[in-house]
Amino acid sequence: MKSLEDLKKMREEALKKVEMREGGKDYRVVVGMATCGIAAGARPVLNKLVEETAEKNYNCVVTQTGCIGMCVYEPIVEIYDKDENHTTYVHVDPEKAAKILEEHVGKGHILEEYTVEAARKGEGNN
Amino acid sequence: MPNYRANILCCAGTGCTASNSALIYDEFKTVLEKYELQNEVNVVKTGCFGLCQKGPIVAIYPDNVFYNHVKVEDVERIVSEHLYKGRVVEDLQLSDEDLETKEKILDINKIKFYEKQERIALRNCGKINPEDIGEYIAMDGYEALGKVLTSMTRQEVIDEMKASGLRGRGGAGFPTGVKWQFEADQPGDEKYIICNADEGDPGAFMDRSLLEGDPHAIIEGMTIMAYAVGAHLGYIYIRAEYPIAVNRLQIAIEQAHEYGLLGKNIFNSGFDFDLEIRLGAGAFVCGEETALIASIEGKRGMPTPKPPFPAVSGVWGKPTSINNVETIANVAQIINKGADWYASIGTEKSKGTKVFALGGKIKNTGLVEVPMGTTLREIIYEIGGGCPDNKAFKAVQTGGPSGGCLTENELDTPIDYDNLVAAGSMMGSGGMIVLDEDNCMVDVAKFYMEFICDESCGKCSPCRIGTKRLLEMLTKITEGEGTMEMLDEMEELCHEIKDTALCGLGQTAPNPILSTLNSFRDEYIAHIVDKKCPAGVCKSLLEYHIDPEKCKKCSMCARNCPVSCIDGVPGKEPYVIDTEKCIKCGTCLTSCNFGAVERI
Repeated sequence: MKSLEDLKKMREEALKKVEMREGGKDYRVVVGMATCGIAAGARPVLNKLVEETAEKNYNCVVTQTGCIGMCVYEPIVEIYDKDENHTTYVHVDPEKAAKILEEHVGKGHILEEYTVEAARKGEGNN
Repeated sequence: MPNYRANILCCAGTGCTASNSALIYDEFKTVLEKYELQNEVNVVKTGCFGLCQKGPIVAIYPDNVFYNHVKVEDVERIVSEHLYKGRVVEDLQLSDEDLETKEKILDINKIKFYEKQERIALRNCGKINPEDIGEYIAMDGYEALGKVLTSMTRQEVIDEMKASGLRGRGGAGFPTGVKWQFEADQPGDEKYIICNADEGDPGAFMDRSLLEGDPHAIIEGMTIMAYAVGAHLGYIYIRAEYPIAVNRLQIAIEQAHEYGLLGKNIFNSGFDFDLEIRLGAGAFVCGEETALIASIEGKRGMPTPKPPFPAVSGVWGKPTSINNVETIANVAQIINKGADWYASIGTEKSKGTKVFALGGKIKNTGLVEVPMGTTLREIIYEIGGGCPDNKAFKAVQTGGPSGGCLTENELDTPIDYDNLVAAGSMMGSGGMIVLDEDNCMVDVAKFYMEFICDESCGKCSPCRIGTKRLLEMLTKITEGEGTMEMLDEMEELCHEIKDTALCGLGQTAPNPILSTLNSFRDEYIAHIVDKKCPAGVCKSLLEYHIDPEKCKKCSMCARNCPVSCIDGVPGKEPYVIDTEKCIKCGTCLTSCNFGAVERI
């Protein structure tokens, strides 16, 4: 290492590894990881979320929680903003997870069609 | 590199290592593999979290959950519940209770122990892996060194230190910037710096935890210091009794070399600096700077008169600055955040924060860092949780064998260098030992005097002979053979030693006696006149008796007595202690279920 630039580069690299230990992110992405969630495929979703977040530097922490209580909609991903407003996405798969991150965390758009409200409405229509 | 979704931080400080944290770390590795989580969850060894009382501590991020008193057999539960299913294991969770609402507090930042703290020196302890330079760099590590070497002159660095108001954290409180200036102003090219990590006060472990938890902060601070004073070689003088700290330092020095942060031409600035570790053999006097220098040079560790000061003629007869570990831990932070920021924390004459090792009769034993100006009451009651078992607070000992005891009356004193001296003690390196009603103050003074007698190097007679005479008088008093004249003689001798001893060790050695004589003279008098030890500590002055009215004749005391000095007939005759044979061990007192044994 010979310059401040080198140091900065190294810091950015190293930060990815430790920054999830620091708070202060705009969003908190929570995956339901109870038996029901895991059985429905929450683990690959969680892993996808972690990968994407690290790769694209999304301003969020990804963490897990227990049973959210709507086992029928698992895998469930909830996104909390700084004011603790939350959006619940249901039947998430890794592909949807990436999209949710890109739109919601990246651009601040809620992806209505994946939310629990949309899922319920759909059922009502059936 | 896999992207981990969670980090498990296991405390690998000396305290938690002593309670098996290394096995816990291994168990996490094994169990994570069993659950096939090894690519998702990372296990990291980190430095001291500070709350040693609750150790071993395991923190899980990003969830910010802290588990306390973790045992090897708890690991599987934490993995299967928390990391696999996402359910916090509540019964292991570190928590506090809100005194008013009685609600459980689980947020680590709101727990009383941490709430009042401001962690500058300890900022990375318990947060990063001390064996990974990358994690230190992620936390802005080596940024200050880069800034200093590429954009500041030596004088600018010294001026910044002066403006910050940082004073030596080893205890004496000499302004750090001024010390550096002395050395920088010396002629010649061959200069040295030393980090004094010969932490020796009984009950003090601030420096050890810093070195174990954030060794790169010391390397960075020393390199900045070396640049400022114009040195190219530094020594870290550390006691061999700190094997974990020594090991982490060695790893850190190797990594810094690999990254070009030590060695030739650092940051392309043309500045060369290297570090060497010197192990001390455990002599307390080697914490004194001239003795420390002698020890580094391979001589017997004995002090020499000052002047010449080390800044003029130190190691190998060349200009040398010696700073304490904690002082150096603050340096990079001051460069990064500015002298004004640092000077805004603390009191008028003592800036910044101080790390204290809280021990003795206190609920939350551990390591705390508070802004200067925090009161003793806040540290002992709000952070420390007060004395356990509802015992009454008696005194707090600060400054180790050089310091003194402060009483209830001084609890509201804002802590800084000058206030503590005015109150009859001193800051010292940061040991803080809380004493409760069960501690005998004469015995405490005797403890420190025994320590000093052991550790006196013997070079000057006031210290070698004077402290021995003090100990003899104290021993007589605790054995009921003291006289009131002895108190005056002791005081006179104390002042003579203070005035005539060669080095700091001897000059401050009488302080524990003087301060207890001053604040607890009544306890000395009780030992001398009434032949009683009010706290029930000094064995020669105690007697054990069995109240025949209360005795149930169960024979429990007699069966437990190690010297068989209790007689009676089970179920018939009440038991009696033969006070001539009694060794006053107190076993009968604790073994009696009916409170029939009394200590008088």
